Amino acid sequence: MTERAPAATDTLSPRGAMLREFWYYFSMNRGAVIGLVVFIGLVVTALVAPLIAPHSPIQQYRDALLVPPSWAGGRPEFFLGTDPVGRDIFSRLIHGARFSMLIGTVVVIISLTTGIILGLLAGYFRGWVDTVLMRVMDLILAFPSLLLALVLVAILGPGLINTMIAIALVLQPHFVRLTRSAVLGEMGKEYVISSKVAGAGHVRQMFRTILPNCLAPLIVQATLSFSSAILDAAALGFLGLGAQPPTPEWGTMLAEARQFILRAWWVVTFPGLAILITVLAINLVGDGLRDALDPKLKRS
Amino acid sequence: MLHFLFRRFAVVIPTFIGITIVAFAFVRVLPGDPVLLLAGERGVSPERYQMLMAQFGFDRPIWEQYWDYLAGIFQGDFGTSISTKRPVIRDFLTLFPATVELSLFATLFAVLVGVPAGILAAVRRGSWFDQITMGTALVGYSMPIFWLGLLLIILFSGVLGWTPVSGRISLMYFFPPVTGFMTIDAVLSGQRGALQSALHHLLLPTVTLGTIPLAVIARQTRSAMLEVLGDDYVRTARSKGLSPLRVIGLHAFRNALIPVVTTIGLQVGVMMAGAILTETIFSWPGIGKWMIDAISRRDYPVVQAGLLLIAVVIMFVNLFVDLLYGLINPRIRHQ
Amino acid sequence: MKLMKTLLTATAFAAVLSGSAYAKTLVYCSEGSPEGFDPAPYTAGTTFDASSRPVYNRLVQFKKGSSETEPGLAESYEVSADGLEYTFKLRQGVKFHTTDWFTPTREFNADDVVFSFARQWKADHPWHAYSAGISWEYFNSMSMGDLLKDIVKVDDYTVKFVLNRPEAPFIANLAMDFASILSKEYADQLEAAGTKDLLNTQPVGTGPFQFVNYQQDAVIRYASFDDYWGGVQPIDDLIFAITTDGAVRAQKLQAGECQVMPYPNPADLDMLRADPNLTVMEQEGLNVGYLAYNTQMPPFDKAEVRKALNMAINKQAILDAVFQGAGVAAKNPIPPTMWSYNGAIQDDPYDPEAAKKMLADAGVADLSMKLWAMPVARPYNPDARRMAELLQADFAAVGVTAEIVSMEWGEYLAQSSAVDRDGAVLLGWTGDNGDPDNFLAVLLGCDAVGSANRAQWCNEEFDGLIQKAKVTADQAERTKLYEEAQVVFKREAPWATIAHSVVFMPMSKKVTGYVMDPKGTHAFDGVDIAE
Repeated sequence: MTERAPAATDTLSPRGAMLREFWYYFSMNRGAVIGLVVFIGLVVTALVAPLIAPHSPIQQYRDALLVPPSWAGGRPEFFLGTDPVGRDIFSRLIHGARFSMLIGTVVVIISLTTGIILGLLAGYFRGWVDTVLMRVMDLILAFPSLLLALVLVAILGPGLINTMIAIALVLQPHFVRLTRSAVLGEMGKEYVISSKVAGAGHVRQMFRTILPNCLAPLIVQATLSFSSAILDAAALGFLGLGAQPPTPEWGTMLAEARQFILRAWWVVTFPGLAILITVLAINLVGDGLRDALDPKLKRS
Repeated sequence: MLHFLFRRFAVVIPTFIGITIVAFAFVRVLPGDPVLLLAGERGVSPERYQMLMAQFGFDRPIWEQYWDYLAGIFQGDFGTSISTKRPVIRDFLTLFPATVELSLFATLFAVLVGVPAGILAAVRRGSWFDQITMGTALVGYSMPIFWLGLLLIILFSGVLGWTPVSGRISLMYFFPPVTGFMTIDAVLSGQRGALQSALHHLLLPTVTLGTIPLAVIARQTRSAMLEVLGDDYVRTARSKGLSPLRVIGLHAFRNALIPVVTTIGLQVGVMMAGAILTETIFSWPGIGKWMIDAISRRDYPVVQAGLLLIAVVIMFVNLFVDLLYGLINPRIRHQ
Repeated sequence: MKLMKTLLTATAFAAVLSGSAYAKTLVYCSEGSPEGFDPAPYTAGTTFDASSRPVYNRLVQFKKGSSETEPGLAESYEVSADGLEYTFKLRQGVKFHTTDWFTPTREFNADDVVFSFARQWKADHPWHAYSAGISWEYFNSMSMGDLLKDIVKVDDYTVKFVLNRPEAPFIANLAMDFASILSKEYADQLEAAGTKDLLNTQPVGTGPFQFVNYQQDAVIRYASFDDYWGGVQPIDDLIFAITTDGAVRAQKLQAGECQVMPYPNPADLDMLRADPNLTVMEQEGLNVGYLAYNTQMPPFDKAEVRKALNMAINKQAILDAVFQGAGVAAKNPIPPTMWSYNGAIQDDPYDPEAAKKMLADAGVADLSMKLWAMPVARPYNPDARRMAELLQADFAAVGVTAEIVSMEWGEYLAQSSAVDRDGAVLLGWTGDNGDPDNFLAVLLGCDAVGSANRAQWCNEEFDGLIQKAKVTADQAERTKLYEEAQVVFKREAPWATIAHSVVFMPMSKKVTGYVMDPKGTHAFDGVDIAE
């Protein structure tokens, strides 16, 4: 019998083991892996956009207005055709990825941060803090999200930053509620009580003790919110209140293209396709995360 | 049960007050002076400006304005539109049925297609049907619905010419609106072909608006059914020799209904948001389009009343869904 | 497929219509919903198209396609020697519409005229505030309240307007939509029934078409008025199909679902022109887009400096980039479609070299200025931001640094009229009554400094000419005075006149008798559809 040398995996910390287990479940879901690959591809595209885009996204070629895609009777230098002012659609889509990734990231960070803080406060302290916070959240949820975001952007003024703030506000209640119910669930548990007995302060308790155990549903919600943010920002851009032209945001591109739906199908199809692929990838990842993080909830 | 009802209603009041405050506050914070905007390049003399401000009530202290606003609501006065100079509630009531009709058809579409698809997918779990259905559903709610609408128009109205481009009914038909629901009014008018025309015009907007709820309902139904199908009592029923149809139809489905009803209820709020986009694309004369126009025109009273009324409607729908949920879920009932 | 669809639609239409003894229907794809059907409280062209044009008449009316007036409900009028009294002889035998909700028992007479104006004028009139929020926008902004001293019913068919001061444009004011004549009998009926609001939703007038029904934001229906004093209309039914999206309007026009449409997208023009079944009419709008210098702030108080800057502007580039073909360069403050337009005037040439020299000669070096750009699209300027960017580049080419400034529209309007405003402001104007006074006095008169006169320009010679023209009743004399005024304007250059927008009207070739209205409203009297 040979002595087996202790393998590196035998001495993994509990965190490492959790990660490995998570990855095992996650990778079983083919769709999730594909989604992850696509998402990573999009992030990379967003990062190196100026390097890989064949043209500038705002350069107007006056002699190439509404040119069809190169494989449908167009010109070879404009792969997906040009828009009504002569800008290359392919380059605009690539640069648009930056905006979508930016929007998703910023919105999720804002909502997540404030949502967690408020949810922790509500769940931990209970009492009137909880009541007030939950009433406010209910109020936000009482209005249709897009309408609320619309009015907020109308108040703040159109533009990318205000769009992100408005959407973050609208998506907030989900995080607050989620954190709160997770916190409530953990509060009665032994480890919490024992840490309290040991003299841990409020902040330490909230962030060091309770929060790490609530992360799973929050991560899933974060991915959902990422895709919601992109869709909502595109909707606002479509209604003319989001990113303003000539910003190559995908929703804004659709707004400009609306007049041409019957004459130049490519101006309308490709930006929407870009949104679809991005959101689909994120949703696939989200599904995979949900299944992997809590096997009890596995559906397939 | 009564206790449950009572508790649910009690929450409504503070929520309602909160909604009125939010609607009022938001509109006051909107930039843009409506009097100046109304005057345009022509300008307005200082005296006339004061007069118009007084007429709209904008020159009084804010809490007085809020109090008048609240008092007005309880008397059914939701303000007067700055551009049409007619009571906002009138415009709302005229346009609201169009949005309701569209939403109802979209919900029907989503439920009638989504629920059976979800059940079948759950029953035939892992099959190609399951995978295709769930894949389609995933694509369905990853899609921006305004894009979907545009594509449907390109394909079905532009290329194929099968569906009309906009409007609720062909111009050839003219009958006075009784209910505001084009389909019902068409039947009541007795004109031949009117109902078909109304349904024909409803086709694309319904599919557009109903796609996301359809996808979500299909997925939710499937997962609810799977949970239930795996439960002990189902296996017991099966082993007792009950036919699969009874098992699925009666026992499993009834219990899967709870999350499904909840999901349907949640989708109502989503549908209002979707209605805004759908109505814009299809020139559907409903509330969504009305609100967008009002926001860009800074028609304060319309934005204010619209926010309030829409939120109130959603509140009541949620209440209704909660009650329904209470009826279906015996555990809640006997709390 | 398109052909099939068109044939099917047309056949279907014919099939339905043939059942009703072959009624001719004209469908107009309108661009928006009317605010109401009483034209007096409102200012939007969309509202006038749906109310004053089809349903009502005025004492005098604009000749088709022109800004000159002709007799309407008043057969003739006389002006007293001092220009203070206008006596109108009303047309006899004019009938009001008979509808489901109203049957007139008498014909049109002076009571209706007095009612239509008194309600807007007298605060104690029972109809002054007949609905919450009603305000008489045009009556007030045309200063009719100051102008009118009295309106007297001399007899059933004679009405006298007494003014506080002579004002020749008064006649043009009476041709405006707010001056439409309503039925007093109908108003009395509504008052008695306690349903005054219906005046604004179920209109009754003397016009060529009578109102049938309005489906909010969707369809408006009218039927030809058989007893119209101007003659029965060739078409039997008029339908407004409200279609807010320009591309959708174009689609419907091409599919034959409507026969006339306004405001096509500039992008669709080529396609519409190429369609063998359609024609596209065009005309300069009754508007002007301009850049107003602040003539009270040095160095813009020197005419040479203003002239020099004018010569630095490349108007053609602006027309291409901003108007995309839907505009013509403006050389005068009034558009070519207005009477007394002085076509003989030479525009400032585009000559940056000469401009630089002129600036140097005037002692201006290293000039930096602000350029105000509107945040919204207006008929006279579809994209002010873009225009400002082009102007910035043009000015930079002659050594002038311009900084673009913008703000919310209401604020923009308010702050740009301040006398100490810093910078040149982009703005414009759309004519109200087709009278040159409406442009020249309102925008360039001494009285308007600090409000609508955004150049803060008060020139004695110019002002003298237009004030004289204001009180002269003879049109030929007024024309001469205004022509001279335009010469002064060009010499002093308080503005850089940029462009007049061009308005396009695509319609089916079968439509005959449609004349474009310089004021931008759309009227269908006299229009026919050929077979």
